[in-house]
Amino acid sequence: MSDVAINVERLGKTFQIGGRQKSYYRLTDQLVDTIVAPFRRARNLMRGQAGGASDLEETIWALENISFQVKAGQVVGIIGRNGAGKSTLLKILSGISDPTEGFADIYGRVGSLLEVGTGFHPELTGRENIYLNGAILGMKKAEIERKLDEIVAFAEVDKFLDTPVKHYSSGMYVRLAFSVAAHLEPEILLVDEVLAVGDIAFQRKCLGKMDDVAQQGRTVVFVSHNMGLLQQLCERGIFLQQGSVHTDGTITEAVDAYLQTLERAISQDISKRTDRKGVGQAKLVYAEVTNGSNGHSSILKTGQPARFVFCVDAFVPGIACNFFIHDAIGQPVTSFYSRVRGPQDSYDPNNGLQFVCELDELLLLPGRYRIDVAIVGDNKLQDFIEAAGVLEVGDGQVDGRPAQHDGKASVIMRHRWTLPTKS
Amino acid sequence: MKETTLTIPSNLPRTRREPSKGWAWPKLRELWEFRELVYFFAWRDIKVRYRQTVMGVLWAIIQPFFTMVIFSLFFGRLANIPSEGVPYPVFSFAALVPWTFFANALTQASNSLVVNTNMVKKIYFPRLALPIATVLAGVIDFALAFVVLLGIMLYYGFAPTTNIVWLPFFVLLALVTSIGVSLWLSAMNVQFRDVRYTIPFLTQAWLFVTPIAYPSSLLPEPWRIVYGLNPMAGVVEGFRWALLGTDTAPGKMILVSVLVAFTLFISGAFYFRRMEQSFADVL
Repeated sequence: MSDVAINVERLGKTFQIGGRQKSYYRLTDQLVDTIVAPFRRARNLMRGQAGGASDLEETIWALENISFQVKAGQVVGIIGRNGAGKSTLLKILSGISDPTEGFADIYGRVGSLLEVGTGFHPELTGRENIYLNGAILGMKKAEIERKLDEIVAFAEVDKFLDTPVKHYSSGMYVRLAFSVAAHLEPEILLVDEVLAVGDIAFQRKCLGKMDDVAQQGRTVVFVSHNMGLLQQLCERGIFLQQGSVHTDGTITEAVDAYLQTLERAISQDISKRTDRKGVGQAKLVYAEVTNGSNGHSSILKTGQPARFVFCVDAFVPGIACNFFIHDAIGQPVTSFYSRVRGPQDSYDPNNGLQFVCELDELLLLPGRYRIDVAIVGDNKLQDFIEAAGVLEVGDGQVDGRPAQHDGKASVIMRHRWTLPTKS
Repeated sequence: MKETTLTIPSNLPRTRREPSKGWAWPKLRELWEFRELVYFFAWRDIKVRYRQTVMGVLWAIIQPFFTMVIFSLFFGRLANIPSEGVPYPVFSFAALVPWTFFANALTQASNSLVVNTNMVKKIYFPRLALPIATVLAGVIDFALAFVVLLGIMLYYGFAPTTNIVWLPFFVLLALVTSIGVSLWLSAMNVQFRDVRYTIPFLTQAWLFVTPIAYPSSLLPEPWRIVYGLNPMAGVVEGFRWALLGTDTAPGKMILVSVLVAFTLFISGAFYFRRMEQSFADVL
């Protein structure tokens, strides 16, 4: 028998979309609606709609009928595609927004890390921000004082402690913000995709810290797109799809189910997909991967050229296309950023709203890979689609050397051996 | 991974997240638990307010002081408005000190949730902390302006009367009024951004219906009680009475002001509570 830490029952959450509800409501709008609503209702009644229910607002269920329990000390990963309701679930658990139906019981103090650095003030110094941010996250002043040295040491900013954080590099800023949050000591920790911060060394340190938290027997609920990370940290996984629990089991089961549905999504027409993130002024409408040779065959081979084409539906200032290749188990392999330029890049105004990325030599080992695409522009994330395409890499050669699929690695490099014998 | 039945821990507090509909009690206990956060928010506002300004903290004094100069010129000199036997500059400044506190609190606190959108959407903390801390941050400015007021009184040879022991009461009344109005406006501002545009107009109109440039004794007696419906009228008259010994003793008018101020405060807290669960979704 163990203690329960989180008990979620029949939890549901709706959002109003459509018309004007998306943004805010003006007082005049409400006045107009108040006057118009009875007439609309009457009209609906005459048309025979049940109860004359008002159709002024269109509601969508971001979460629907979610039930699960988390036992104390368990580390749970929440996975799902964009818009599946992961962040909404964390927001409800942390108390930021209310559910529309059902309830969630939480036993013990909750700390949530939904975004690193929220509440930091650029004009305040590092030290001042530690106090402020600590208080926002629910720490007592005495507790912050006790941990100050630890927080500063972890963030590696000791020299700049009394400098306003607006002068910090983005790396320092993020390190300090994470460090404050990482020193929270609640019984239950809710974490949303915040580990993807800072440089690799710091990321590793954060992972270590998270591992410690889990080892100390605290309950942790993680949301992440990084399957490798989740499999490393969590024992249990809950896979949400369109607001409902699709799979609740071991993390491996959940990740497998997730990857399978991603596969299915790939066959869908991109422009019709709704599992996307971003402001959407410019959206990805088409993605294609070919071997670039005549005939545009989609059969890729290790060591052969590859050609990626991405089309967007609109132009925004500073538009750029980034894409990320993941292996079959969801681990990131490599990334491409159109904003990061080299002398070999060129422009083609006759191409329409199209980004083309060509590789002379695909240095991926044979296997199956998926591509996530992000469109950025106007200093915002415009669109992000997971599994916008898939790469099926067949056996090939690099420098005349056969490339083999070994089940673990993904990348091959050109190389040369010097051997003791010729056998 | 189906769990066997889990037990409910007896040693840990249970928090239930559930739909909250309609009216409910304001979360005062939670606010008390987060009192250090209120302090830190206020401290942040104070620290940041005058950074990168040339005049710095002098702004806290410049604003009421120059209003007083203008009032003295136009209302005192040109229009010859009576000032209950007190030199007009002292008369108007004693009112402008609490008024400036109120007007600034109103303007800043009504935007406090909107300005901190990111925080409200990403972190859970008692939302009451934001408007309340913003109002409290203005207390420093108020204190500075108050020192200047004492200086001006000294210059004109006014020693505070024994009535001054009542001054804290009127400061409290100003605070209660400010917080009450701020709770209403900040919560409304989340839902209706019209609020932002009405604030400058609201403060201006409110300035003229408050006896700042003129004494409330301009009105005949039965109307002065009605005047008390504006709680700032009670505050301003109370300030003059406590500091300068003018004739408006805390009578019925101030009683009405106190009642209105507390009604605003309590109703504001309930309205805020009713709206706060949707803040993160609407912002």
